[in-house]
Parts: sequence; structure tokens; C-alpha cells
Amino acid sequence: MANPYLQLLAAQVRSQTQYRVSFAIDLVGSTVLTGLDLVTVWVLFGVNGSLGGFGGREVLLMVGVAAAAFPIADLAVGNVEKLRVYVRSGLFDAVLLRPLSSLGQLVVMDFAPRRVGRVLQGCAIYVVALVAAPVQWSTPVAVLVVFAPLAGAMFFGAIFVAGATVAFWWIDSGEISNAFTYGGKDVAAYPMTVFGGLFRRLFAYGLGFAFVSYLPVLAMLGRSDPLGAPDVLRWCSPLTGLLVAVLAGLFWRTGIRHYRSTGS
Amino acid sequence: MSADGAVIETSLLRKDFTVRRKVGRLRRTKDVVSAVDGVSLSVAEGELLGYIGPNGAGKSTTLKMLTGVLTPSGGTLSVCGLTPVPQRTVLARRIGVVFGQRSQLWWDLPLAESFSLLRHVYRVPAADHAARLTACRSLLDLDSFVDTPVRQLSLGQRMRGELTAALLHGPKVLFLDEPTIGLDVLSKQAVRGFLASLAARGDTTVVLTTHDLADIEKLCRRLVVIDHGRVVHDGTLEELHAAYRSKRRVVVDLDAPWPTDLVLPGASVEHVEADGYRVTLALEGATAGDVVARLAQAVPLRDLSVQEPEIEDVIAKLYAAPSVPRRN
Repeated sequence: MANPYLQLLAAQVRSQTQYRVSFAIDLVGSTVLTGLDLVTVWVLFGVNGSLGGFGGREVLLMVGVAAAAFPIADLAVGNVEKLRVYVRSGLFDAVLLRPLSSLGQLVVMDFAPRRVGRVLQGCAIYVVALVAAPVQWSTPVAVLVVFAPLAGAMFFGAIFVAGATVAFWWIDSGEISNAFTYGGKDVAAYPMTVFGGLFRRLFAYGLGFAFVSYLPVLAMLGRSDPLGAPDVLRWCSPLTGLLVAVLAGLFWRTGIRHYRSTGS
Repeated sequence: MSADGAVIETSLLRKDFTVRRKVGRLRRTKDVVSAVDGVSLSVAEGELLGYIGPNGAGKSTTLKMLTGVLTPSGGTLSVCGLTPVPQRTVLARRIGVVFGQRSQLWWDLPLAESFSLLRHVYRVPAADHAARLTACRSLLDLDSFVDTPVRQLSLGQRMRGELTAALLHGPKVLFLDEPTIGLDVLSKQAVRGFLASLAARGDTTVVLTTHDLADIEKLCRRLVVIDHGRVVHDGTLEELHAAYRSKRRVVVDLDAPWPTDLVLPGASVEHVEADGYRVTLALEGATAGDVVARLAQAVPLRDLSVQEPEIEDVIAKLYAAPSVPRRN
């Protein structure tokens, strides 16, 4: 028998095609937005000086990893942010009444096929950056090149899930989780050297955003961290991604226990 | 399942909610409200239980705990021998749920597609699914609208779809939260008839919440009444009426004003309206026939109706009863 999640996913896509015009508008909108992202990259390409001690093409590679990782996470689990709508309306009841994982259902229920385009664009930026930047190729580096965006996607995915989970306690959490997802994407795309002390300690190492792009790119470039992080950490992003994902999963389970199911 | 054959077993089940309230401009206080406050129930296999009470009494909250949606704050419960929240996905295959105001169906897809999706979601063998669907299609008369997207269905059609959806995986227990709310008379009859035939088969346990007296009278042999989160009655409808001495009423329209000195044995006057041309009499021992015959001798009658005691009246009496513990 076919996988129930795939069946739900197919049903979601069929439902979306019922509203063709809005699907088309979404598609145009997201293409324009990604176009603007590309302009940012183009500006970076032209940087001749240095940004936090890194050349334009080195920074471009950091942007590239984040640019590939974030849309993958957004495509896979970005729609969990809809949770607060389901919690507010009580629709989450229906999710809990089915014999499937609640998180798994949420992921497929609002799957947005238009996000596939952003993944392709993000990966294209990454490939361009890999060609342009002075990567010190070796077998471990090649493996890292493949796994870094996936680990980053896991990291961002965990933040999406954790941010959405807050809605179980605080329905009006609004856009606060976006500060950590979209904001985190921007933080992760720059060399950590450009940020000030407290902010850097909190976001880069406390919350782990340095592991998404900055540290793995240092390994790809064959450089050590000018801020003094041990070299071994440059290879640790798959581990930290996994750790953060497990923590987010535990947070989700705790959140469900606090679901209040408003209304009758 | 427990030794005595109970499908649902709860003991001192409790659910507390914290309510934050504004006091003055900035201060807020936290109040703990017990929506369900120590409910102990045992429901045997094949029973059809009416779970009733006023709005906010804790009916839906109880159902949500039994179905694994809400985590209880205290007490123990088991449904089909499982603990609902930790074993939610296993339990989901054994129970069917219809929440009147929440759809289980896919809004934008035709009903038939929702049904075939549910087959995959619940991993039901194709033959079983087809047999159950055929039975529901004829019993609930679905054929005219199975290919219509759910968002275009009338409430009555949707409810028949919801019932079918809840039964396609052959659940042992069916939970229904106000399944007849907002339905027209014909749809109510269709739903009631269907539930009666389901109950007659005896292999499905049904727990039903409702505000509809006819649902209770036609379907439920056993009633559990809750108020402020506590069970205030557990027994048959007759026992409930007997315990609270509910009265039937006769409303008469007269051709002449009510003679205020008229005494009718076994009945008392409740209201006199319309300048004495309409009178409501409560029956206290006499039959409606006796009272009407005596009345017709004294005053010319134009019209009359007999009102059955309403469950809402009974519940209103339950509130007033001093034995009912209240929490505020």
C-alpha cells in the first residue's frame, strides 16, 4: 500500500491546483524575491576589499551554503509555521486524531510546491560560489561540500519546528520565530568576524549559527577560524545539525502535551 | 481491554486550564479552572452512551482526552485498553471521531477522494474499505454528492460524509460531539437512524454528546450528565426525569379569558398570557387528557399543545440542586 504521507502530499498538491490564479501569483512573487537575493550576491561578487577579513569570493561561498540550505529547510518543514493557525482554529485536533505523526502530517499538509524553485536557485548560487571561491579540494572537503547544505537545512528545519512549537503555549507568537529563521539565515550567511562580541557569542556559538555556513566554509577554504575556534569544529556541522534537530523534536513533543484545543 | 469488558474506563479524570485575566491596567492574575473535575466512568462494549450537560460543562474536553487530543491533568483513563496520549497513533486506528464543528475531511477535494485518502491514512485493506463504504453509501444516501468538493456540501451532506469517514476503518469506539448540531429535520433523522442501526449491531461502542432531546430519547439508553466538570447523573433518561420530577406541560389557547378561580386536580398553572387567553399548565399526576377534558367543560378551547419535558429544564434543575458541588 502506498505511503500515507505521500498520499496526503499528493492530495495537498491537488487541492492547491484548485486555485490556479493564486498559485500563479505565488510563483511570480517568489521568483521576484529570489531575483532580489541574486542581486545581493552580485554585489558581493564585486567586493574587492574584505568583509570581516574575508575576500568577496570567500564570503560568496558562505552565502552560497546558506542560500542552498535555507530553501531546502523551507521546502521540507517551512510550513510548520502554519501551526499557530491550526492551534488557533482548533484544526490541529484533526491532525491528532489520525494515526500518523503529527509533525509529519503538518509538513505534508501545507507542502508548497512553488518552493522547489527556490531550492534550485539556492543550489545554483552555491555551485557558482564553489567555482569562484578558492576551495582547497580534497576528499574530506568534497564530502563536506555535499553535506554542509544538508546539515544547514537540518539546522534551519529544527529552528522552524522549534519556532512553530512556541504556538502551543503562546498562540499570538506571530512573527517572532521569523526573527530566528529568516534572521538566522542572514546571520549564517556572513563571516562571524563581522559581528560584535555579545551578538556573536549569542547567535554564532550560543545558538549555533556559525555551524551552518561559516565553520564548514573555513574548512573548504583550508583556513582556521580567526576568532580561535578549534579546527575540528569546522567539520562538526552534521553533528550539530542532528543535535539541534533532536532537541527540536523533544520540544515539539512537550508542546503537544500543552495543546489546549480551543473551542468546543 | 479490562477484565469486566469495559471499553472506556476513567477514574477521577481531570483537566485544568490556566486562565490569565486582566486586573486593572497592567496586572494580570492566573486562575486555574477545572474543565473536567474528577470524572469516573465505565462504558461497556456495544453501549450507546449519551454524554450531556450545558455549554462549558466539560463534555468536549472529556472527549478530547478520551481521543488523545488533550493530555489529562490528573486521574487515569484507558480506551480500548490503551492510554490515549502516549498511544495516540495506535488508538487512532481503533476509534472513530466526529466533532460536529470540526471537519475531518479535505475541504477542497471531492468526498470520494477524502474517503480513498483515509484508506491510506488508516492502512485499511481495500476489500474491507470497499465493503464499509458501500454500506455507508446506501444507509446514508451519499451517492448524489460523493463527487462534490467538501466545501460545496450542505451541512447535512457533510455530516453524513463525516460519519462515513469516521467508520471506514472499522473503529471499536465511535465518539460523536454534537453530530446533529445545525442539521435540518431530515438530516437529523438520517443521522439518528444510522446511529440506531449501528447501535443495534452491538459491536461498536458509541459516546455521543448532544443538546438535542430527540437524539437522547431516540438513541441513548444510558445518560451521563456533567456540570462544572463533574458527573451529576449516571443512569437512564427515565431515572433522570424521575429524580428531578420533570413535568409535561399543556399549553391551551382559550376563546374566553382564563377564570382565575378554576382549580384542576393534578395540574398547576404556570403562566397566564395574552390577557388570559393563553395558559400553560404543568401536569402533576393527572394525564393530559383528563386536564383537557375538565378544562373544556369550564372554558371553550381553541387550540392546545402538549410539551414534553426538556432535557434543558432537567439540567436547569440540576444546577439549582444544592447537592451539586460548584467551583468558582
